[in-house]
Amino acid sequence: MNDLSAAFAAAAGLLAGGDPAVLGIIGLSLRVSLSAVVIAALVGLPLGALLAVARFPGRGALIVTLNALMGLPPVVCGLLVYLLLSRSGPLGSLGLLFTPGAMIAAQAVLIAPILAALTRQVLESYWEEYAEQLRSFGAGPWRAIPTLLWDGRFALLTVLLAGFGRASAEVGAVMIVGGNIEGFTRVMTTAIALETSKGDLPLALALGMVLMAIVLGVNAAAQTLRGAATRWAG
Amino acid sequence: MRAPDTILPLTTEALGFAHGGQPILHDVSLTIEAGPPSVIIGPNGAGKSVLLRLLHGLLAPSAGRIHWSGIADPRPRQAMVFQRPVLLRRSVLANTTYPLGLAGLARGERDARARAALELVGLAALADRPARTLSVGEQQRLALGRAAALRPEILFLDEPCASLDPAATQAVEAIIAQLSAAGTKIVMTTHDLAQARRLAGEALFLHRGRLLEQSPAAQFFAHPATPEAAAFLAGALVW
Amino acid sequence: MHRRFLAAALVALLSLPALAQERSITIASTTSTEQSGLFGHLLPIFTRETGIAVRVVALGTGQALDVGRRGDADLVFVHDRPAEERFVAEGAGGPRLHVMFNDFVLIGPAADPAGIAGQRDTAEALRRIAAARAPFVSRGDRSGTHAAELRLWQQAGVDPVAGRGAWYREVGQGMGPALNTAAAQGAYILADRGTWLAFRNRQDLRIVVEGDARLFNQYGVMLVNPQRHLHVKVAEAQRFIDWIVAPAGQAAIAGYQINGEQLFFPNATVPEPVS
Repeated sequence: MNDLSAAFAAAAGLLAGGDPAVLGIIGLSLRVSLSAVVIAALVGLPLGALLAVARFPGRGALIVTLNALMGLPPVVCGLLVYLLLSRSGPLGSLGLLFTPGAMIAAQAVLIAPILAALTRQVLESYWEEYAEQLRSFGAGPWRAIPTLLWDGRFALLTVLLAGFGRASAEVGAVMIVGGNIEGFTRVMTTAIALETSKGDLPLALALGMVLMAIVLGVNAAAQTLRGAATRWAG
Repeated sequence: MRAPDTILPLTTEALGFAHGGQPILHDVSLTIEAGPPSVIIGPNGAGKSVLLRLLHGLLAPSAGRIHWSGIADPRPRQAMVFQRPVLLRRSVLANTTYPLGLAGLARGERDARARAALELVGLAALADRPARTLSVGEQQRLALGRAAALRPEILFLDEPCASLDPAATQAVEAIIAQLSAAGTKIVMTTHDLAQARRLAGEALFLHRGRLLEQSPAAQFFAHPATPEAAAFLAGALVW
Repeated sequence: MHRRFLAAALVALLSLPALAQERSITIASTTSTEQSGLFGHLLPIFTRETGIAVRVVALGTGQALDVGRRGDADLVFVHDRPAEERFVAEGAGGPRLHVMFNDFVLIGPAADPAGIAGQRDTAEALRRIAAARAPFVSRGDRSGTHAAELRLWQQAGVDPVAGRGAWYREVGQGMGPALNTAAAQGAYILADRGTWLAFRNRQDLRIVVEGDARLFNQYGVMLVNPQRHLHVKVAEAQRFIDWIVAPAGQAAIAGYQINGEQLFFPNATVPEPVS
């Protein structure tokens, strides 16, 4: 109980104090996870939309694979990206390992399947409704993809939030490919892991509360936006 | 008024359609010419909607063929409005410009045409409203205006008033009459005989997947040629 | 609005390579140097003097050496002499210079079920733990501390693997998590003094054995072989090595204290004692 109240006090202190180190960690967390969401969205949203409208051999297998990859353990994802980006790996010449770029890459790999699978689910129901009308307009499945993505923009916001939540909460991948370097690749989750290692459990918990507060804030903002938009678009 | 490269008349030869081994249409041969609306009537399950979709190209026939006149690509010269309007999650205006963009019209032209079409269906004042917040009647008028903006030579309407109240029905019928008068060929299905009498130039009577009659409306309603049509007009349940 | 957001995001992403190009080196080191706070004390001094930023990836010694082998760091700074000598012998890097030492301490619960508190002979203490089948948490992660622990068991003539799954518990984690586990289970554990001093969640753990010469813990530093890994920043990394073994770096190490207690003892200029 003592630890918990100490954690609450520490969390309030962290948020109020404006410690530049903590602010840097928060900023990097946001930058890494939001960048990962953007990159994963550039791949995952069109892929999900394609799977929603197109019928081709192997589609079922691809959907099953994506659904399975939604459960990809971050550590495995991190290891995979580590081996790719290591100087001894195929992409070693990029020099990305132990940089925020590597963390963005790992989180993007982690959440792209989530975005693709959820996008497919959302847009498949839209497509059922739209398909005949769009074909009447002369728009085939390919032309339907941007239409569905645009019309689904508010529902897809929730999908992006799911991706952001997963990215900002994971520790396994960024720990491995980022190295938790102080002032350079340390983010909220790896900082929490570090403070736990050092046995400073109240501080670790306080950082966790700060992380939750940030995720909550992002979600609340998106929810407000979505609420307004839903009232608008019906 | 009509361009010399018209796609009409539309003819079908021994058109047939089956779905999952179940025959739905047999041996439908018809000719649709320019002129007043052709109204397809018949009991539920007669195959009216399927016939409309075959003609519009949304379904592929399992037998027979469809022939459009002229040398022009018939595809962009047709439009269709469905029983339940499918509206995009966008504004009224954006719904109307969307198919015009697909048709390759320049942005300025799209806007002008769309606004004219919205004027026609009485929705100009609602141009910026999200389409899905309109009433059912307004939604169907928007679907009609959106199709009309394409300036189709032939417009297919599948039970356009089936879910509308009398006032909304009246508004939709007025628009249909106006489009027809302006030279758009209307081909529509309806299960509402009164509506058929009001709108039809010719009647096509479909029964159990067969086209039993195609004749001028006045003649059809006064002297149906087949006992099935007579029974249907008399209000008997024909099956 | 959509487009502007995308543009901003892309700019943010593209600025990453620029960040990576500032003058910096990457050190693969151990959790003990990082978590004890030594690097937090040392590196700002080095960066102030040289303008070179230092990025520390803190891992177990075995992992840190592997990172060096793969060329993912410019130098390694670890504490497992036999493993370091293998690293040099196989041409992965070197030469190995010794930098500083501290010592390991045997930690145990206040209840002290093996009755070893105050013991000076580590081998005897370990034999008693094994005999009492008292819970013992092992790092089990190929770290320098793990290697030292295994050497100590060997010197005690005990094969702890026999106790696996019972009293001998290998957690396969860093020093901190292993200490957390020991604290929760009331177990004995071998820890480096630096991490122990900085560790907060002690519960009723305390030092039971210390001061044995066998508990000596030497740290060494090696440049990653630039012939194998052309991108290694030789000049900057060598600058760090030169600094850490020179009086300036050695004094900085000696100056790091927690609660008035010095954690690491520079010994680059004196011959390294053989343990």
